[in-house]
Amino acid sequence: MLDTMNVNYDTSIPNNVGLSEDRRILKALERWHPGYLDWWQDMGPEGFQESLVYLRTAVAVDPKGWAKFDYVRMPEYRWGILLAPQEEGRVVPFGEHYGEPAWQEVPGEYRAMLRRLLVIQGDTEPASVEQQRHLGTTAPSLYDMRNLFQVNVEEGRHLWAMVYLLQKYFGSDGREEANGLLQRRSGDADKPRMLGAFNEATPDWLSFFMFTFFTDRDGKMQLEALAQSGFDPLSRTCRFMLTEEAHHMFVGETGVGRTIQRTCEAMNDADITDPTDVEKVRALGVIDMPTLQKKVNLHYTLSLDLFGSEVSTNAANAFNSGLKGRFHETRIDDDHRLLDATYPVLKLVDGKVETVDEPALSALNMRLRDDYANDAGKGVERWNKIIAKTGVDFRIELPHPAFHRHIGEFAGANATPDGEIISEAEWLERRDEWLPSDGDADFIDSLMKPVWEPGQFAGWIAPPKVGIDNHPGDFEYVKIEV
Amino acid sequence: MRIDFQTDPARYRHWRIETDGNLANLIMDVDEKGGLFEGYDLKLNSYDLGVDIELYDAIQRLRFEHPGVKVVVLRSGKERVFCAGANIRMLAGAAHAHKVNFCKFTNETRNAMEDASANSGQKYLCAVTGSCAGGGYELALATDHIILTDDGSSSVSLPEVPLLAVLPGTGGLTRVTDKRKVRRDRADVFCSTEEGVRGGKAVEWRLVDDVVTNSRFEEMVAQRTGELAAASDRPAGENGITLGPLARDFTDNGVTYSAVEVEIDRQSRTATITLAGPQEAAPGSVAEMIAKGDQFWPLRVARELDDAILNIRLNELEVAVIQFKTAGDGAAVIAHDEFLEANAGHWLAREILLNWTRVLKRVDLTSRSLVALIEPGSCFAGTLAEIAFACDRSYMALGAFEGDNRPEATLVLSAANFGRHPMSNGLSRLQTRFLGEPESVMAANTHIGEPLMADTAEALGLVTAAYDDIDWEDEVRIFLEERASFSPDAMTGMEANLRFAGPETMETKVFGRLTAWQNWIFQRPNAVGPDGALGRYGTGRKADFNMDRV
Repeated sequence: MLDTMNVNYDTSIPNNVGLSEDRRILKALERWHPGYLDWWQDMGPEGFQESLVYLRTAVAVDPKGWAKFDYVRMPEYRWGILLAPQEEGRVVPFGEHYGEPAWQEVPGEYRAMLRRLLVIQGDTEPASVEQQRHLGTTAPSLYDMRNLFQVNVEEGRHLWAMVYLLQKYFGSDGREEANGLLQRRSGDADKPRMLGAFNEATPDWLSFFMFTFFTDRDGKMQLEALAQSGFDPLSRTCRFMLTEEAHHMFVGETGVGRTIQRTCEAMNDADITDPTDVEKVRALGVIDMPTLQKKVNLHYTLSLDLFGSEVSTNAANAFNSGLKGRFHETRIDDDHRLLDATYPVLKLVDGKVETVDEPALSALNMRLRDDYANDAGKGVERWNKIIAKTGVDFRIELPHPAFHRHIGEFAGANATPDGEIISEAEWLERRDEWLPSDGDADFIDSLMKPVWEPGQFAGWIAPPKVGIDNHPGDFEYVKIEV
Repeated sequence: MRIDFQTDPARYRHWRIETDGNLANLIMDVDEKGGLFEGYDLKLNSYDLGVDIELYDAIQRLRFEHPGVKVVVLRSGKERVFCAGANIRMLAGAAHAHKVNFCKFTNETRNAMEDASANSGQKYLCAVTGSCAGGGYELALATDHIILTDDGSSSVSLPEVPLLAVLPGTGGLTRVTDKRKVRRDRADVFCSTEEGVRGGKAVEWRLVDDVVTNSRFEEMVAQRTGELAAASDRPAGENGITLGPLARDFTDNGVTYSAVEVEIDRQSRTATITLAGPQEAAPGSVAEMIAKGDQFWPLRVARELDDAILNIRLNELEVAVIQFKTAGDGAAVIAHDEFLEANAGHWLAREILLNWTRVLKRVDLTSRSLVALIEPGSCFAGTLAEIAFACDRSYMALGAFEGDNRPEATLVLSAANFGRHPMSNGLSRLQTRFLGEPESVMAANTHIGEPLMADTAEALGLVTAAYDDIDWEDEVRIFLEERASFSPDAMTGMEANLRFAGPETMETKVFGRLTAWQNWIFQRPNAVGPDGALGRYGTGRKADFNMDRV
């Protein structure tokens, strides 16, 4: 019997899906593998491919086995195909096939829709690696550098996960799409990544932390929704990806939290009580609260755009077909079909923000976005606790969903972070109050000086409370080969 | 609400024309909130009739107002989407008659683009950035050259079958097979794949002409427009004429234009369109024609007739019969015809002649019973006689009518009746009329310029019947009453069958298949029933099909 708990390292591709017995898919993946390695060399972390990095690699997919740490050169990382164990008797948990046995093969009529979902999800994984490839050189510590690379290799593995599904279940079209995932490039005018936020630059470490907190959290919500899928291999794949994604959230939340911590401590040390006195705070070499708020405004709203139109036919189709569910679908107490239900959607009606009840099926993007906002809000509250503990008088707030949007109901509307609709002239005049300006970016950039001594941290960020794998503060997480 | 077909660039909500030397960019940037009716947003550059009315206007203006424009580049003003095609919610909510007339008009507009390219030296190039789906791709198909950006996501598609359980309504299937000559099995794959085809495959399958990366896109557009411009015979250094607003006066039962009068008798469900012949002499020179501009009679009357027909099609659904009448001096009409023929090489004369060809086709394709009443004092001469030949029947008054001091009815032929204005089957109306007796065309040809009395016209086979004043009134009345009593559906089908004898062309196929297949599917529960694909579109629920093959 196939051992689906432990990872098989017999083949060049670690897996728990019996690759050595499935010659066809093994051959396809082995053909794809060199292209992937070329991509990693070209587009992976720049300047650190030879360095030994203290990374975790999954040896089994149960909670004990998936986090084994050791030094590894990133190009030699054992990327593999890991699915959560199959649940006996799993059924399609929503949509018109509710209660039918979950599919182990792709139903023909949903093939195109499912492939599109996989390709869009798959495209985001390598994109963030590309966006973050220059960050290693300005890492504020070896600890942070290691976290960056851990995120990078796991995004790489998530690409593998999607590619496995494409190759295994979607024939020659799937192979073509799998190759396409290696050909697009974040921010490239000719071959851009599919979603807007994944073509934006990640120019500095604060952006990286914000990205992993806000944008990877969109990824988490999408994976949560796909983990409900009636297509069982997708569900199992996403469930395992989510365990890795949790670490990315952790990197983002603690990264921003430590930045906040350091700023508040420095302000207290210098007896600065007015957090809006930007010049004074910046003179301390830390990032002031208003700038942090602006970064929150930017990254949160770019991430909201990733949820697509609030009212969406595609989302409705994907749910009704049993392909993509809701966040925590099985824990929701309703009929899981939503044929007659409604859901409140924020809309711009005659220049005013209003709540309109829409058919719940077509409002699924809105619902997932609400779940996302709720999830992100909890993290923001933990940041506010850090601030409160230091006695600094400031709160980070999530802006209103009408603010700074490019997709959906509020695309093109001019709104303040409080959701008040204003004129375009006022928006242009006040934009820099709410979103990072060139000057803000220059300031943040000026702080981005590498700190590569074990146990040392850049002046703008506090050390973590505990090390990775419980190592002491001066552990050498990356052995840099220059 | 009356749907109005008159607009001008200052009032456009969905398109922009940007001219640059011998090039014009025609940019589609649909205002989501600018739909013709309530109940839908025109998202993703989707269109309704209102959007297409502006496109039609733009295409007309590019020809008349911009003689120097050799290439028109069709572009999207939106990022990541070229055009999503006809708006689905609009289609789902529209009455069947509106859908059919909408499709017909959009088809005529696409044909006008192809006509500009084939006959007027104004070439169309489609620069596709973003997804180009359904009616969006059909727009592209109507151009001479399609360039698709190779950004990994931009694609062309005809998703009607898999997505909506209907067929592409503006010639998509026909142009894929007959214009682009896509192999049938590939066409089958293409037309049943919702997401369509992108990248190199789109070129390999001949769905587009070039695929090029974003950074080289404009360079390729410039290269291809240069090549197209080099093959154009449009003049340099000429000023266009302005197509001013039509002088119109709407009443409850008709419209009065400067040279066209529409009267609607709601009781008998008859519309009478009376065209007035020219009051003035034909111009003595091209300069004089240009000076008259949009007031030049042949142009003015054609624009008014076009508007009148469109108004009846979309706003007067219950009209069963259109009877055409004319009033004026046939010799003056012939003089204008001769002037245009003599100057057919001049760009403006050419545009006016070609516009007449399109307006006459519009008459051919109007699904109402058409009858010409050639009465005393009328001027069915040359171009206006062509209207009579477009009709299902024509009745001519024989001899003088008692108490009527107008001149006896005559019919006059000119070059306009012998190939100047081909129908969509590629033949002249007389050739089509005399498909089984080509010698009758020859015989008629020997009478060019002669005012033909009713008996001669009848003998030559040019009219259905000639009646004297004893029979005239009754015969006409009985015809109209009988016609109005038939099933409108059967009339539409019968007339469309009988009007287009002779060879098939891409145009006849497009309209024939629209009338037959598309309209049939558009009526079937699988598409428009409560559980059909159009009604369920956007709800997330799948259509519930009746699986019987018919």
